[in-house]
Amino acid sequence: MTAQQIIFLIVALFTLGSALMVVTTRNLVHAALWLVSTLFGVAVVYALLNANFIAVVQVVVYIGAIAILFIFAVMLTRKDMRDSGPQMNKNWWLGALVAVFVFAGLAFLLQSWNGVSATAAALPSGFDAISLLGDALVSPDAYVLPFEVASVLLLAALVGAVYVAFNKK
Amino acid sequence: MVPLSWYLLLAAALFGIGLFGVLVRRNAVAILLGVELMLNAVNINLVSFWRYSDVLSMTGQVFAVIVFAVAAAEVSVGLALVISVYRRRNTVIADELDLLKW
Amino acid sequence: MSFWNDPLKVAADWLEGVFMGWGMNSVLSHVLVAFLGVLLLITVLMVLDIFLVWIERKVVARFQDRLGPNRVGPFGLIQPFADIIKLIIKEDTTPGDADKVVYNLAPILSMMSVLILWAVVPLAPVILGTDLNVGVLYLIAAGAIGTLSIIMAGWASNNKFALIGGFRQVAVMVSFEIPMLTMLMIPTIFSGSMNMNAIIQSQNVWFFIISPLGALIFLIAAIAELGRAPFDLAEGESELVSGFNIEYSGMKFGMFYAGELLHAFTFGGFWAILFFGGYRFFGLEQVSPFLAVLIMILKAMVGYWVIMWVKYTMMRIRIDQMLSFNWKFLTPLAFVLLLVTALMNALLAGAPTWLYVLGMFLANVVTGWIALELARSATRQEREKLEGAKPVVEAHH
Repeated sequence: MTAQQIIFLIVALFTLGSALMVVTTRNLVHAALWLVSTLFGVAVVYALLNANFIAVVQVVVYIGAIAILFIFAVMLTRKDMRDSGPQMNKNWWLGALVAVFVFAGLAFLLQSWNGVSATAAALPSGFDAISLLGDALVSPDAYVLPFEVASVLLLAALVGAVYVAFNKK
Repeated sequence: MVPLSWYLLLAAALFGIGLFGVLVRRNAVAILLGVELMLNAVNINLVSFWRYSDVLSMTGQVFAVIVFAVAAAEVSVGLALVISVYRRRNTVIADELDLLKW
Repeated sequence: MSFWNDPLKVAADWLEGVFMGWGMNSVLSHVLVAFLGVLLLITVLMVLDIFLVWIERKVVARFQDRLGPNRVGPFGLIQPFADIIKLIIKEDTTPGDADKVVYNLAPILSMMSVLILWAVVPLAPVILGTDLNVGVLYLIAAGAIGTLSIIMAGWASNNKFALIGGFRQVAVMVSFEIPMLTMLMIPTIFSGSMNMNAIIQSQNVWFFIISPLGALIFLIAAIAELGRAPFDLAEGESELVSGFNIEYSGMKFGMFYAGELLHAFTFGGFWAILFFGGYRFFGLEQVSPFLAVLIMILKAMVGYWVIMWVKYTMMRIRIDQMLSFNWKFLTPLAFVLLLVTALMNALLAGAPTWLYVLGMFLANVVTGWIALELARSATRQEREKLEGAKPVVEAHH
């Protein structure tokens, strides 16, 4: 086992353990904090995949904005700081079954695909992912249209969120 | 070197856990937490496919960036809806939001 | 390659050789050496942090026409050690209904969010933690963890003042992150890189001279991010009895306090790196890496002094004023400045250096002047709406 494999296994266990805590913890603030640790684990996975930019953006966007938003929302939508009543609905075993089946199905599909055990080629020397990504995002023969559509979507979401949550006097 | 299958299995497991959260949690905010886990699983797949195929074509990373934008939009609108619902009905339990289930 | 030209690499190679001589394999010894490097950096920073307490107290005393600590040791230099001993032997209290784990995790995360920033600070061309190619974004990512620690502290304390303080601080940090991130793009445009070392290397002319307005907005956003006066309303003593850290005592409070001081010093350093040429000073940095480290520390101290200067001369402003200052003035101004800078950068692409610098400088001055005029007319209208129109009395001197 190489060092990278050991690191991957530790990170994967950490990520999946945190993710399990997200969906099972009773206290929702704790669930949001476990989400932060899951997202952090995913950021480390990106770093392992040599995607520095994506890893840092994961921390900036997910932990810096989305997780904070979740914590705020949890705190704003509770009558008191205690949790009462069950946190899962009564068909939870059905949900668990579906989730396990989805995982098993995905694993089966992966196992029957022949590209699954591919190993990564070494990065070309002088490889600069950031400038390539920047070019890809704004060049007309690459992804400028999805990029612009995403920015319009963000603007629409911004306006929509303000309108929906606005407290009409 | 870590084979591609490990990353894909990690993503599949994360997706399954997220799906479980979406299906069983009663609190609307917790359901959104599950959706976040699923989006992250998708992103792990995108980035690992980028790394394990031609790294010079940035398709995987570009789509990951767009998933970030979509996730941010989804969370902001979703949480705004939850807060708005909480103001009107004084609850965020998904089962109790049954005005359309007469 | 001698020790005096590249001390870190020579020391690391030597240590790795020693470890491998003990029979470790190369990966393990490499990891161990990296770990020792981190330990060394953190130790140096923490020792520096102790003296930052002394510096801060001395400087505030000067601003307030006092002497500051001068009883324990020469110039009061031993005073911070006395303070630390006091903090350590204080009773470590935890509120009864506090969320224990989160409560205890928050000060650690707060300190960590500052310490990890130093991974990308280039103290000299060869003395740096890691040459990350997204160093500028890393700055914001570390800030995100700081935000998280504050909301954790505010919530877990189970105290309404702590919660309000935490909410305020997070609202401030999340909103001031936007002009800050925008201003980080300005050195990125000039240098064509998000790498801290590359940004410093391309500052043949300090970016402060090319973009003074950008440096100013970055400083304002950094002070807000630090939660220092005039933006310290998260810990407004008169209304919130010190805000999110009210329930913390002993060394846990000490972690927040030391973290804040080190954070201010760190942002002084980043201000120097991004706009004042970092370790560069008229070619002196090429003489020896140790001289470069000295220059870097001195520049960071000057940046820290400016932050203290602002802190001890300005009064606290209200939270709504502060947020509307950000959303209605600073953020639009930052966006406009970014657009102007990018446009001018494209227009002046082939121009000689003096024309480039002059054009950028003038563009900055004009942008700032227009923004101030707009703000002035807007505030005048606001005042007239509130107080009724008053005859304008022209002051003749």
